[in-house]
Amino acid sequence: MHPLIETRGLSRHFPSGDGVVKALDGVDVTIHPGEFVAAMGPSGSGKSTFLNLVGCLDQPTQGTYRLAGEEVGSLSPERLAEVRGERIGFVFQSFHLLPREDALANVMMPMMYRGIPPRLRRERAEMALERVGLRERMRHTPSQLSGGQQQRVAIARALVCGPELILADEPTGALDSRTGLEIMALFQALNRAGVSILCVTHDADVAAFAGRTLRFRDGRLVDDDRHLPVDAAAMAGVPFA
Amino acid sequence: MNVIARPTATPLPPLPEDRRAGLSLAEAGGAALGALAANKLRAALTALGIFIGVAAVIVTVAVGAGARQQVLSQIQSLGANLLLVWGANVRLGGVSLGAGMRPNMSWDDAQAIPREIPAVEAAAGVTRQQLQVVYGNQNWATWVNGTDPAWFTAHEWTVSEGRFFTEEEASSGRKVTLLGATVAESLFGEENPVGREVRIRSTPFEVIGVLGRKGQNPMGQDQDDVVVMPYWTARRSVMGAPRAFARSVGSISVKVAEGENMAAVEEELRAFFRQRHRVAANESDTVSIRNLSEIAATRDASARTLSLLLAAVAAVSLLVGGIGVMNIMLVSVTERTREIGLRLAVGARRADILRQFLLEAVLLALLGGAAGVAVGVGLAYALGSFGGWPVLVQWDAVALAVAVSAVTGLFFGYWPARRAASLDPIQALRHE
Repeated sequence: MHPLIETRGLSRHFPSGDGVVKALDGVDVTIHPGEFVAAMGPSGSGKSTFLNLVGCLDQPTQGTYRLAGEEVGSLSPERLAEVRGERIGFVFQSFHLLPREDALANVMMPMMYRGIPPRLRRERAEMALERVGLRERMRHTPSQLSGGQQQRVAIARALVCGPELILADEPTGALDSRTGLEIMALFQALNRAGVSILCVTHDADVAAFAGRTLRFRDGRLVDDDRHLPVDAAAMAGVPFA
Repeated sequence: MNVIARPTATPLPPLPEDRRAGLSLAEAGGAALGALAANKLRAALTALGIFIGVAAVIVTVAVGAGARQQVLSQIQSLGANLLLVWGANVRLGGVSLGAGMRPNMSWDDAQAIPREIPAVEAAAGVTRQQLQVVYGNQNWATWVNGTDPAWFTAHEWTVSEGRFFTEEEASSGRKVTLLGATVAESLFGEENPVGREVRIRSTPFEVIGVLGRKGQNPMGQDQDDVVVMPYWTARRSVMGAPRAFARSVGSISVKVAEGENMAAVEEELRAFFRQRHRVAANESDTVSIRNLSEIAATRDASARTLSLLLAAVAAVSLLVGGIGVMNIMLVSVTERTREIGLRLAVGARRADILRQFLLEAVLLALLGGAAGVAVGVGLAYALGSFGGWPVLVQWDAVALAVAVSAVTGLFFGYWPARRAASLDPIQALRHE
């Protein structure tokens, strides 16, 4: 079986003035399916650049990146968009929901670009919302939902196309600590069910919920540490249905 | 307290075989309509520019076409391929008497023209006077024409009642007459004049027909305010003249055969009269010849120029409307940068984004165009029925205006859509 993520010498350099800013420099990392990995580091450490590269939003200036065995470092922008749609689900700090659309329409949206017939789209969106416990609120617009609920809609949207990897960029950054715990508990539950997750954070408490932490500093991977995850559900005292 | 459903199954089942059809047109249209509906006032104001442009194009083209139609029907009413020959300006003892004041052509000239010039189909000499026509206690002043049956052919007259007079009636000088529609109405009202008797200069005439209606000529004169009788009847019974002018005619109507060159026939006519009047080489012509349909054609050309000019002005307002569409689409792209970033992140291709924004611009322009068609056509008909303008709604112009508004949307929407599609997803997601 292929590793899910395999980077060799992955680098992203930006020309800046006379010199070069090495946002990411020579990162070798292998992540297998089913892992829950946190990428940690202060701002400017390269963790966000790493996320953008892994998420196929950006392309490396040097090195190789294989996603599920496919070399994606040198694909055309159109093909990269397709890879994003097929293999990756994004969760953002600020949710990025369409404000005018209700939860159901927000979750259905990614499937629109894949030529899925509307009936199947709706069916799957309802299933995804059920997984995050929001089936009852699928007709609510983002402004009628709490922050935690909005992030759960975003997670349902990330799940809906059946991705191999969920990329979360500071998913608890805009939430109070208790709601953040609930979101991390949801991620852990999804991970136990087999979803691979890469979560970028600057917060060690959040990284503790993952099973492995990558530490970045000045564009380099300085530490790759496997550990036992803290159980977020237990900490939050969230009763599971 | 929130209750989180524990995911019991593995992630969602895999999607069916990936079609990669991308965003369907209907889907993109739906999304575009949704985006427009979210900003109704703004969409309406933007579409207003296109709306005014399209409505203006339709109304001006309809009014222009109506005016041309009027001119064309006037040309038709004059009689096609018609040359009018008048006596030229005559000087008597150094005094200019004015064109046609002293008759210098005769009934015999008119008879000779078709024999001498083969390209002439018919020629009719006319003598005319303004006289009072009386029926019962009604009377009406009108132009009384004495002429040949050929005159009906030359001027393409029809009869609405009765018949024309015959060659036999013409040569024998029978006291028969035909009334123009205006005269018939004025003297007889609803009554059928055929078979009745009218008096002109106390002489009774039998009305044998009523001429078909022609309306105004291009100079605004009522062509139906006319009475016609045979030339010799007129000479003997109502328009007595000194012996010198006993066979004279004031004008000759010459109908040129279909397909013949009007200008060439005009030259032949000049030569004919120079020879007949024995005009020396250094003297000017004794007759003047007018090509009436040429005058009308000139009026038609100027009407066409005017309507083209108006349509051009309207097209400029369509252009301005298009710039409005572009402006608002650029604003929309800027406002929705984050949304575009998100769509790109979840798998939308650049082509999908381009299609979505392009369709939004086209729909915006088409909405304006459709409203413009409704109001433009309505206004054109209103001008026609309430304002009494001669309007003619040109449906091909309507179709063209709609097509142009769609193309305007496409053209002015392309750049903003390109801009949306070429956004960098990372930058777009971070956009505030």
